[in-house]
Amino acid sequence: MSAPSTATATRPTAPSTRPIVEVRGVSKVYGKVRALHAIDLEFEPGRLTSLLGPSGCGKTTLLKIIAGLIPPSEGEVRIQGRPVTGPGPERAFVFQDFALLPWATVLKNVAFGLELRGVPRAEREERARHWIAEVGLAGFEQSYPHQLSGGMRQRVGLARALAVDAQVLLMDEPFSAVDEQTRRKFQEDLLGLVAREKKTFLFVTHSIEEAVYLSDRIVLLSPRPGRVAGIVEPKIRRDGDPERIRRDPVYLDTVETIWRGLKGYVE
Amino acid sequence: MRSAALDEPAAVPVEAEDGRTALGGAALRLLSVAIVLGLWEVAGRGGVNPALPAFSETALAALAMLADGSLPAAFLVTLEPLVLGLAISTLLGVGLGIAMGLWRPAEWLGVPVLVILQAAPLAALVPLLTFAYGIGLTSKTLVVCIMALPVIVLNAYRAIRHTPQSLVEMGRVFLASPRIIVLRIVLPAASPVIFAGLRLGVAAGFIGAILAELLITPTGIGDLVTYHQSVADYPRMYAAIAAIVLASALTIGLLERVEIRLFRPERAGR
Ligand SMILES: Nc1ncnc2c1ncn2[C@@H]1O[C@H](COP(=O)(O)OP(=O)(O)OP(=O)(O)O)[C@@H](O)[C@H]1O
Ligand SMILES: [Mg+2]
Repeated sequence: MSAPSTATATRPTAPSTRPIVEVRGVSKVYGKVRALHAIDLEFEPGRLTSLLGPSGCGKTTLLKIIAGLIPPSEGEVRIQGRPVTGPGPERAFVFQDFALLPWATVLKNVAFGLELRGVPRAEREERARHWIAEVGLAGFEQSYPHQLSGGMRQRVGLARALAVDAQVLLMDEPFSAVDEQTRRKFQEDLLGLVAREKKTFLFVTHSIEEAVYLSDRIVLLSPRPGRVAGIVEPKIRRDGDPERIRRDPVYLDTVETIWRGLKGYVE
Repeated sequence: MRSAALDEPAAVPVEAEDGRTALGGAALRLLSVAIVLGLWEVAGRGGVNPALPAFSETALAALAMLADGSLPAAFLVTLEPLVLGLAISTLLGVGLGIAMGLWRPAEWLGVPVLVILQAAPLAALVPLLTFAYGIGLTSKTLVVCIMALPVIVLNAYRAIRHTPQSLVEMGRVFLASPRIIVLRIVLPAASPVIFAGLRLGVAAGFIGAILAELLITPTGIGDLVTYHQSVADYPRMYAAIAAIVLASALTIGLLERVEIRLFRPERAGR
């Protein structure tokens, strides 16, 4: 498909720095399944990129390769110029299936990353409490995951990733299980976070609206093998009232364009 | 008939495994015990079998045996090979199971042996053991181990093998070392199944201890059972059996507490 790959982001772009994450010719084969084919992408600090594509097109696979959790079959990933050989402190991950420790409280789960980095107890619990409140779970610090709803568990995973203060946030459908009101609030919070902190966000979603609302750039993936089918850079003004974005003609047009592009894969 | 008596009170720990709310669960457990004991009483008084004493007779016999010291003395004798055998089986069994779950060569070496042990009628080995090690503590301890070890190893191995992959990935992403992943993720995740194996192993070990006393030389509780059976003092015979079943059930309940304490606080009071 051909998608508009023009335009500049209207977010006050930082003086164009070199990409912090570089994906070079990455392919992944699982036995007979070709999950990804020849992916070339770059990600710059302070920007949010969405990966959008049908189920099974390799979004999680790509995110895990960037995280250093699985090796690519071909190609390489570089972070700050250095080839990735495994996970690193500059990357944090929000898991599609939450991956919470069932035997640990919300507080311990959120503080887990900090604990592994050797942050002293008092400090890590304070930071964990901050992020627990930030995702709207204040009061649930001592609850166990099985006492929470799906959406609440997902927010614990989100808080855990945010708490370690990593430069690169790899988020695999982080809002998929939360209700619509909370999702909108999180989307606005995320926009604030992107604007405030110069972090790199890689965001997997199934929602075209969400991708267009949040992203500086949307990477459209085609299924089996997953390939970059197009790149869209929505020209949306993100300062001011967040509600206005959803009525912005550019927002509506972009959603429509992407929808027409992806329709082909639905059959 | 003897096995029926062994089965009925053994229903207690099974019930204990899934209490719902703490209070309702406790009430139901008591009710279950009361029903079993009530049936026992009725069956004993109704004269289903002249060799089946009522629960009240058995309880009185037990009190008498406590008072004259014969029951505690027998317990101490039985306890020696039992505790020794269970300690060895627990340490060795959990250790081997974890090694097999974490390390391929150990898995390849261990699995065939386990399959054979699972398939073999282990009680048939008892005469062999007596031939090799005599009729002393060694043989009896080995019988306990033979009964308890396989199920402990197998469960520990399976538990480790079934660690949720996404939790391990989570550990890696947040920079846990392999050692920390094993200690903080793999072991806690595996602990319910490891402890299920331990509970089964403890139950099997109790069977092994009594089996050894019945098959090798009558000592301890086994001696009480054989002796009172031979003189047709059935209340005392049943008291000895019930005592060992109770001890087994209490040990198993204790193990569950230990597990929740050490590894799975979220299951407390569930
Ligand atoms: N461990 C694995 N072994 C074999 N095949 C795998 C494995 N993981 C993923 N795959 C295959 O790779 C393809 C891409 O999977 P992936 O999980 O990356 O998709 P996805 O885009 O994240 O899908 P979804 O939107 O449903 O989460 C799928 O066809 C899947 O069957
Ligand atoms: Mg996925």
